[in-house]
Amino acid sequence: MEFLYYFGDVFTPISFGLLLLGTIGGLILGATPGLSPTMAVALLIPFTFHLAPVQGLILLGAAYTSTVAGGAVSAILLKIPGAPANIATTLDGHTMAKQGKGAQALQLSFLASAVGGVIGVLLLIFLTPVLAQWALAFGPSHLFWLAILGVTVIGSLDSASVVKGLLSGCIGLWLATIGFDDIMGAQRFIFHPALGGGINIIAALIGLFAIPQVLTMFAKGRSATNAEVIEVEKHSIMDAVRELLRRPKALTIGTITGSVIGLIPGVGGQIAGLVAYDQTKKFSSEREKFGKGHSEGVIAAESANNAMVGPSLVPLLTLSIPGSPTAAVLLGGLLIHGIFPGTDLFDNHPDVAWTFINSMLIGQILMCIFGLYVAGLAARVAQVPQSVMAAVVLGLAVFGSYSVQSSMGDVYVMATLGVMMYFLERFGFSAAPLVLGLILGPIAEANFIQGSMIAGATDGMASYFLTGTLNIVLIAIVVASIAYSVWMELRSRRYTSKEEIMG
Amino acid sequence: MKHLLAGAALALMSLTGGVAIAEDYPERPIMMMVSYGAGGATDFQARIVTMTAGNEDALGMPIAIINKPGAGGRVGWNWFATQAEADGYTLGAYNIPHFIAQSIKGGVEYSADSFEPIANWGADPAVFVVGKDSPMNSMEDVVNYAKENPGKLTFSGAGLFVGHHIAALQLEKAAGVKMAYIPTKGGGAAAMKAVIAGDVMGGVNNLSDAFRAQEAGNVKILGVFDLERNEFLPDVPTLKEQGFDIDNASVNFRGVMVPKGTPQEVIDKLAAAVPEMFKNSRVAGKMKAGGSPMHIMTREEVQAMWAARQETLKELLAGL
Repeated sequence: MEFLYYFGDVFTPISFGLLLLGTIGGLILGATPGLSPTMAVALLIPFTFHLAPVQGLILLGAAYTSTVAGGAVSAILLKIPGAPANIATTLDGHTMAKQGKGAQALQLSFLASAVGGVIGVLLLIFLTPVLAQWALAFGPSHLFWLAILGVTVIGSLDSASVVKGLLSGCIGLWLATIGFDDIMGAQRFIFHPALGGGINIIAALIGLFAIPQVLTMFAKGRSATNAEVIEVEKHSIMDAVRELLRRPKALTIGTITGSVIGLIPGVGGQIAGLVAYDQTKKFSSEREKFGKGHSEGVIAAESANNAMVGPSLVPLLTLSIPGSPTAAVLLGGLLIHGIFPGTDLFDNHPDVAWTFINSMLIGQILMCIFGLYVAGLAARVAQVPQSVMAAVVLGLAVFGSYSVQSSMGDVYVMATLGVMMYFLERFGFSAAPLVLGLILGPIAEANFIQGSMIAGATDGMASYFLTGTLNIVLIAIVVASIAYSVWMELRSRRYTSKEEIMG
Repeated sequence: MKHLLAGAALALMSLTGGVAIAEDYPERPIMMMVSYGAGGATDFQARIVTMTAGNEDALGMPIAIINKPGAGGRVGWNWFATQAEADGYTLGAYNIPHFIAQSIKGGVEYSADSFEPIANWGADPAVFVVGKDSPMNSMEDVVNYAKENPGKLTFSGAGLFVGHHIAALQLEKAAGVKMAYIPTKGGGAAAMKAVIAGDVMGGVNNLSDAFRAQEAGNVKILGVFDLERNEFLPDVPTLKEQGFDIDNASVNFRGVMVPKGTPQEVIDKLAAAVPEMFKNSRVAGKMKAGGSPMHIMTREEVQAMWAARQETLKELLAGL
């Protein structure tokens, strides 16, 4: 309960001012395509040079929290996920926006973010020592199986057919091999200098999601008959709260998945949203509505990606190991003030540690309030004429992919992948499994190579990858996940064939 | 119309006559390329040491950091060697031995001859760490285990052809043993996690990160891969003191360079001003607070260090 003691520090005029600044600034930065939470926090670090440690961390904590949630805005309204964490939000969120329910989608996403986020930070406050052990439990073999578990999700994610989903996933896995291999330093498929560092995930995200949409808009603009005007429904906040309460299952699965996966160093944030979305879909009674603008999809994805924020800091704050890129940036922010995360932080600088954590807790709530406030206005984006919209999205796509590492190479990558995806979508392929392949490929590969090197030096491959409780549990989940997908595929085939006979 | 043309021609001349204006350099903010991601140790230190660039007694113009991460630094350095403008407004951060080792291994578009060093700001030696519960308490224990179990002692480090890998090769060569070096993806932090979690039996890591991990009670530091003991760890002996013939070839030197072809006047001006800028007391205070060892070297000293590294690394990497 020590954290309650330091709550007062958050509410001094300067601290609270910084908290507001970080929250609002974070929402805006997060909503800008290409500015991931990691980059937003990195951009703010130089400003903390001039602040006291506590104040600097309040700014960074608030910004981290709200950029993650802010990414949902562009995901829902423009179908551009600001960071990998927001991919799953586009699946149902953007469909809702197209149906004129953008306000509702945004409200739900901010509410779900706040619930998930607060629970995540509470886990950080109360269970840190236990969670730290859990974060360490995952070695190379476990991370490999975890990535494989992610691969099994690919087939059932947002595709008309399992086969096409798996094919998209394979394309993603192949794209992930491009560039210098980080472990061995070998060069693979570098047919243009822009690909030396591999395909940047943010640039790929923008291209794969935004460009097909821009092309579709331009195509539609040519035929005047299709100039549709979307009515943006007004949606009261109370209704959104009620809707959220009617979906406890999505909220629970999202929050738990986000917290558990967020904790694991090196994997967490990127796939938490997608895994939560997939699990919620599998357990939902309204499975067929997913991908067609279903509120559960938004709730699961957004509660998961904000639930991950708190636990993702556990390895950093207790063991001084940054578990995610954003945590690595925060480590820099701590070190610059002479504060070493770990026992030193909680023993010698409890005021800094707890004020930082408290500011994230309050930041979650402030973020929700501001988000709800602007949701109604922001949703009107859907009314912008398609021709204007296409130009704006295209501009943002170029700006976003260039800003990742100030490189035109990323813009070429974004454009190429985008055009490719436009044609693939016409054949029923979809972007989400492709991106999942792109994210999981390197995780699976690096951990397999590392694991096999360790295994080669010690007990051998079979015992390293196949024995041990955690390995067996993960393998069992992988098998169950595959079996479930096969069973669903067979069942849906039987249904269609029956209908065909009836018809 | 004539006046306008004449004016335009004059403007053009003053633009192209860049070399002549070295006395006025710098006239606008300068950019510094860091070939690692935002928040990494190199980026973090680069931001600290350049924060006073705008002061009148330094360059008088601010330095903005631009990150071009990827492939262990190769993406940024390739860009710097081939595309960066050699006008003095594009600086780069170097990491030794990384870029020299990579250029010896091949597959990149740069070598030590592609760049002109300006000054060195930091030196982060590699150290050998084991988990806090490990039975090994000295480098002798480590080597004895490796002798009894050839190729079975697993130890982590941040990738191939970086300082950690060089240190690992030096240790194997000096002690005459075969060990299993496990390169991790995700830099020193991932390698340290593997040690703390017990995925591997030991590891090579940065002194600054290992110092923090030891303070937190997670690891034991058994030796420093440098010529002298470090002020952060006065009780930890060097490898040399423990009887292994290992020099400072693996020490991670960080500093500022410009592309080849930058006007000599500009290089001279930078070489005079930048080391002074590093000596600023605010810079030193922030670096010390962050546990980042400083080591300021002038252009001449860095040139000698690069040449020496080139020799050592060529020999060490010849067998790979």
